[in-house]
This record gives sequence, C-alpha cells and structure tokens, in this order.
Amino acid sequence: MDLASAKMIGAGLACIALVGAGIGIGNVFSALISSVARNPAAQGQVQPFAFLGFALAEATGLFGLAIAFLILFVF
Amino acid sequence: MAIEIHPLEQFQIERLIPIHIGRLDVSYTNSALLMTIVVVLVTALLVLGTRKRALVPGRWQSLAEMSYEFVADMIETNVGHGGREYFPFVFTLFMFILFANFLGMIPYSYTVTSQIVVTFALAAVVFIGVTIIGIVRHGFRFLRLFVPQGVPALLLLLLVPIELLSYFIRPFTLAIRLFANMLAGHTMLAIFAGFAASIGLLGILPMGIDVLLVALEILVAALQAYVFAILTCLYLSDAIHLH
Repeated sequence: MDLASAKMIGAGLACIALVGAGIGIGNVFSALISSVARNPAAQGQVQPFAFLGFALAEATGLFGLAIAFLILFVF
Repeated sequence: MAIEIHPLEQFQIERLIPIHIGRLDVSYTNSALLMTIVVVLVTALLVLGTRKRALVPGRWQSLAEMSYEFVADMIETNVGHGGREYFPFVFTLFMFILFANFLGMIPYSYTVTSQIVVTFALAAVVFIGVTIIGIVRHGFRFLRLFVPQGVPALLLLLLVPIELLSYFIRPFTLAIRLFANMLAGHTMLAIFAGFAASIGLLGILPMGIDVLLVALEILVAALQAYVFAILTCLYLSDAIHLH
C-alpha cells in the first residue's frame, strides 16, 4: 500500500471519532428535552448546562476530525 | 478537479514586521496583529461603553454591562464565596477568547485561537495560576484535593493516581478543546467552499451547507469562550473550596 492511499484510509478511520460526538450530543439534547417536558419551569436553569455538555461532547469528536484534517493536508 | 483546495492555508503565519533579537524570532505577525485588534476592541467596548455612566444605559453601555454581568453571574454560581477577587482574570480570558473567535469568523481575517501555542499559553496560565492559588490558600492541605473523602484505604491506591492524572491533564484538554474546535470548524468551511468553487453550477449545494456551517461556527465561537471561562471557574472553585 502506498502512502497516499494509507493517508486516505487513516483519515477515514480518524473520522470514526465523530460517532461518539454524535451519540453524546444526541444524549445531551434528549435529556434536555425530556427534563424540560417534565418541568418547563426548570428550562432557564437547565439550558446552560445543556450547552456546556454540547460543547464538551462536540469537542471530543472534533479531536478526531482535526487529526483527519492534519493527516490529509499537513503530512 | 480544476481548483486545488488548500484548507489549511488560512492558518499560515506571515511576518508583517520581521524582528530578530539574536537567534530569537520575535517578528510582528498577522497573528499578533489580530491579537492587538482584539485587545483594542475589548478595551474600546468597555472604556467607551461605560464612559457616560447613564442611569438608563444606551446600546454600548448595556452591551458592556451585559458582558460584565454574564461573567459575574458565572463566577457567583460556579465559584461562590471567595471567587469575586478572581473576576478580572476570568472576565479578561472570556472577552479575549470571545473576540478572537468572532474576529476569526470574518472572511480573510485570521483566527488567533486556531494556533495551539496561543490556546496552550492561556490554558497554562489558568493551570499554574489555579495551582498557586490553591497552595497559597491551603498550604500542604491542598494535596487533599487528590484524596477523595470517605473512601476505603484500599480503593485510594487506585483513585489517587486517577485524580492526579485528571488534574495534570487539565491544561492539555483545555487547550486542545479550543484549538481543535477552531481548527476543525474553519478547515471544514474552507473545504466546502472549495467544493463549491470546483463543481460549477451544482456548487450551490455545498455553498448552502457552508452558510449553515457559518451559523454553527458562530454558535461554537461563543460556546467555546463560555466553556473555557466556566471550566476556569470550576478549577478555581476546586482550588478555593477543595471539593
């Protein structure tokens, strides 16, 4: 296998990290929706935590995406 | 494909005013220029905004007051007692990162926070500062931070190394989170723009995705500044209250 195709495969593998980010973000917002549906008055208190969780979950996936970009365009 | 895509070209550092001291390269770069603009803008917003000190604030003054109250609230809820004195530090961090992220969204400008050296410097300041605050406040008892209360002694053998590791990994996660978000977001924008440019009339589709991505990136720009500030608050709270 030559280097160019190995890079493509590596970048594709690195993108698998986004699966986790997708699951995590989905979890965060499903928990937000169900908690607000049970207690609409809590929305103001819960929402900042949801966005904090969203940002933290998204960041983990982006680590993988950044690696993919680095493999494709830098090395 | 007619057009070559170079999505990482936007992160290129150029020397605007080359300065060399001995073998040290301290040139004034485009990154430094953007940082200067960020500092000038933040200072201008707060100084000019609060100059009139009207009882009923105008647009600029309420913007300055809103940003002040936002961070003050964040410290109040997350650090609580004893956090007030660190407000200037957290506020400076938040405003710097927020403005740097937002200025990076302007096409053909430069994203300061997409350089890991910048984000890591910020994270290292937070980490070292928080550790010093903890040691000054509690002295030797600061080490209790790594020993969870009410845990059997045998389990401590396992938990203390984990706590130590999670403490020392903080500056890296803090730095890489901001850096990776900015790098990945801006690279993705450039890639879709490259698609749009290279496939002709059908390029309207990737162009549309790009528009949506810009909206997402603006959300992320604000969120990441918020996350950086709030994690700084949580670390401060750890150092002040020891859990």
